[in-house]
Amino acid sequence: MQKPSIQIFLQTKSIITYLILIALLLSAIILGVSIGTVNIPLRDILTIFKGFLFNVNLPEEISMHENIIMKIRLPRVIIAGLVGASLSLVGAAFQGLLRNPLADPFTLGISSGASVGAVMTIFFGISIPFLNIYTLPLASILASFITLIIVLTFARKIDKAMRVETIILTGIVFSSFLSALISLMITLTGEELRQIIGWLLGSVAMRGWEHVLIILPFFIVGSLVLLFNARELNAFSFGEEQAKHIGVNVERQKMIILIAGSMLTGAAVSVSGVIGFVGLVIPHFIRLLFGPEHRSLLPKSMIIGAVFLIAADLVSRIIIQPQELPIGVITSLIGAPIFALILIRQNIKGARNS
Amino acid sequence: MIKIKNLTGGYHNHHPVIKNLSLHVKKQDFFGIIGPNGSGKSTLVKMMSGVLPFDSGEIYIHDYSIQKYSAKALAKEIAVLSQHNTQHFAFTVQETVELGRYAFKEGFFRTETQKDQEIVTRVMKSTGIDSFGHLTLDQLSGGERQRVLLAQALAQEPEILILDEPTNHLDLAYQKELLDLLKNNIESEELTVVAIFHDLNIASLYCDQIMLLNDGEIVLNDAPETVLRPKQINQTYHTEVERFAHTTLAKPQIMLKPSKDKQRKQKIQINQTLLKIKEEHIILKSPIPLRTMSSGVLNSGLGWYKHFINRHVDNKYNIKDYKQDMCHYLKQSSLKESETVAMMTAAQLENVGISEIETGDFSLLVVVTAGVNNAIDASLGEKHEFKLIPGTINTWIFVSGKLTEEAFLQSIVTATEAKTIALRELNVLDQLTQTLATGTSTDSILVAATQEGAQLEFGGPITPLGSQIGKAVYQTTKQALENYYGNIKSNDS
Repeated sequence: MQKPSIQIFLQTKSIITYLILIALLLSAIILGVSIGTVNIPLRDILTIFKGFLFNVNLPEEISMHENIIMKIRLPRVIIAGLVGASLSLVGAAFQGLLRNPLADPFTLGISSGASVGAVMTIFFGISIPFLNIYTLPLASILASFITLIIVLTFARKIDKAMRVETIILTGIVFSSFLSALISLMITLTGEELRQIIGWLLGSVAMRGWEHVLIILPFFIVGSLVLLFNARELNAFSFGEEQAKHIGVNVERQKMIILIAGSMLTGAAVSVSGVIGFVGLVIPHFIRLLFGPEHRSLLPKSMIIGAVFLIAADLVSRIIIQPQELPIGVITSLIGAPIFALILIRQNIKGARNS
Repeated sequence: MIKIKNLTGGYHNHHPVIKNLSLHVKKQDFFGIIGPNGSGKSTLVKMMSGVLPFDSGEIYIHDYSIQKYSAKALAKEIAVLSQHNTQHFAFTVQETVELGRYAFKEGFFRTETQKDQEIVTRVMKSTGIDSFGHLTLDQLSGGERQRVLLAQALAQEPEILILDEPTNHLDLAYQKELLDLLKNNIESEELTVVAIFHDLNIASLYCDQIMLLNDGEIVLNDAPETVLRPKQINQTYHTEVERFAHTTLAKPQIMLKPSKDKQRKQKIQINQTLLKIKEEHIILKSPIPLRTMSSGVLNSGLGWYKHFINRHVDNKYNIKDYKQDMCHYLKQSSLKESETVAMMTAAQLENVGISEIETGDFSLLVVVTAGVNNAIDASLGEKHEFKLIPGTINTWIFVSGKLTEEAFLQSIVTATEAKTIALRELNVLDQLTQTLATGTSTDSILVAATQEGAQLEFGGPITPLGSQIGKAVYQTTKQALENYYGNIKSNDS
């Protein structure tokens, strides 16, 4: 039994940690909306937010900035944050579920699957009347779920033990194939090309509130489901059999987690395209700092994932001004070396265990 | 507790692994499952723990079909400790154990209750891991990690604990620790344990009931004494084992024999040339370890020894810790304590009697040192006070031949009888009772055999071996006694 004072200390420590993380997120959002081709001072931003909230008329020089912030930068920053949070959360959840620190929507090929779904919807001009703007994310979600099931079935066929490397290798095979499919569709289409190419590189540029609306419902449902499965993910980390021994309804919970993961990935990809390695880097980093316990890992990964992608978007906007770098380039530049690092450490550990 | 009826299932190359198997595990039993690789042990255990479906038959836990249990309900009845569990993430010990309470979490937020905390603390204490609750699993040794997983299983408060080779990868001390812990839990927590064992001897030591499985069918399901018999083990495992008794427990043990022992070209013969007689000791150094049954100061009983020493001490020798003193003496004579059988005598070693006999099948070397100033009539021994005086008739019998355990015992009986006759013929008397002495108060005997050549099954007085031992011991003892009396006379005159 822990002494009450220690428990209170731990609780306090945990509250302080979350306060720091949320402060980080707020700073990232404010920096994200303030910096750009036109730098807007913090005071103005706060005035604009205040004006927006309390419906106050703004002075002339500030209302010019209001358009930039409220119509262009804020939705973009929010999209970056939601996408970052989604991908990190899915990465953390899949890593626990598959007991594989290298699993992530991108390395598993699900992001590519989702983008095939999205590109096909645009390419064939599919729009289901009843669904309207949700046709695109639903197609992405469906495609990502199908890809996920195929990748996992295939990996199990190759290697019953589903070793870390097998799953990743399978993911890469599918990812390459699906990317080729997208390239093919891009080549075949003429005018749609500009819109479509974004899916390959990943970008949150030119996103407005309608995109926030697209991702938000899926984000809320998907992340709540995953957060409620934190204990199950802890159990899955010890292997499916062990999870069953502990009392987890393995088949059902696994399916729920996979569907929620596909939902988050599909919705994220449908607004931002394929942004790689976020779901790999962030949970790894959080695990190093706070340990692998999913009740702490999942929410912290979400917050830091949002911070990371907002920051990456900021860097992509300002690093070669006035041009913009696709955000996926930044995340891959950071993510790929960390992927390599984890792989090396994994193999050293594996060699030691056997 | 667990009833299995006509269970069939688990496919391997289109053949069922488990074939129409029925069994009953009683509450608070330590139930062991043994059998060769591929016999279906793991498959059966997986079906019993509900992770593997089966085709026909039924498994009942508490008289309810296992299929009627939900995952959570089953986790409250059965916990499983598997043999290996690689973990990529560094969970702490505390988190790992707390996970065992998963099935007990209720309500929407499934919060930790006071009771959960108490149970986690208790099982961590009972498995001895409470001191490192904050460490992560990858910082622990294999044995410690296994204990953490056991704690997780016990945190489920199960009625049944299933173990798949629980002691795999564990060193000797951890194996014992883990199994002792389980045995305790069977008593204190009314636990029922079902465990797969590779090591038959460990199974024999800990199980109340052992099931021998072969090819998905039960060969035997009974107490260890009944199951662990060489005939069945040899048939099931297709190998050669021998059975022997545990030295301190009434549990059978199984012994493997390498099929090709190095064949020596020349038969070893123990004879006089190996003897070194000095005033302070007689030493025999054998080139190979000899199967030895003896009484004496060091390494008495049964064993394999290469060196044999009979040390002369003064009549007034009076050191309390005579064993320690003998160890010290061996060191001085550069003999290894682990390889040496040591005796003590106050008799003069120059009076030693030696004889050698060679027959076609075996040869004998008998060495006797004797002094009879505390000769005793064994039938009237209780008239004497109990005092340890250095042995006065020490008999060594070396046989270059192969003896059964029975032959060892009979040889000792035969030799003792022959010795008594030698004493009678020389009219040695018990000084206190004035009756004929049968020996002295502290005689020692040793029979050692090379265990090579033809088997000598018996050692009774009319058998080939016994008749020669009887003759040789009689003659040699008489010779030693005559030397003794002769020297006394020459000293007197």
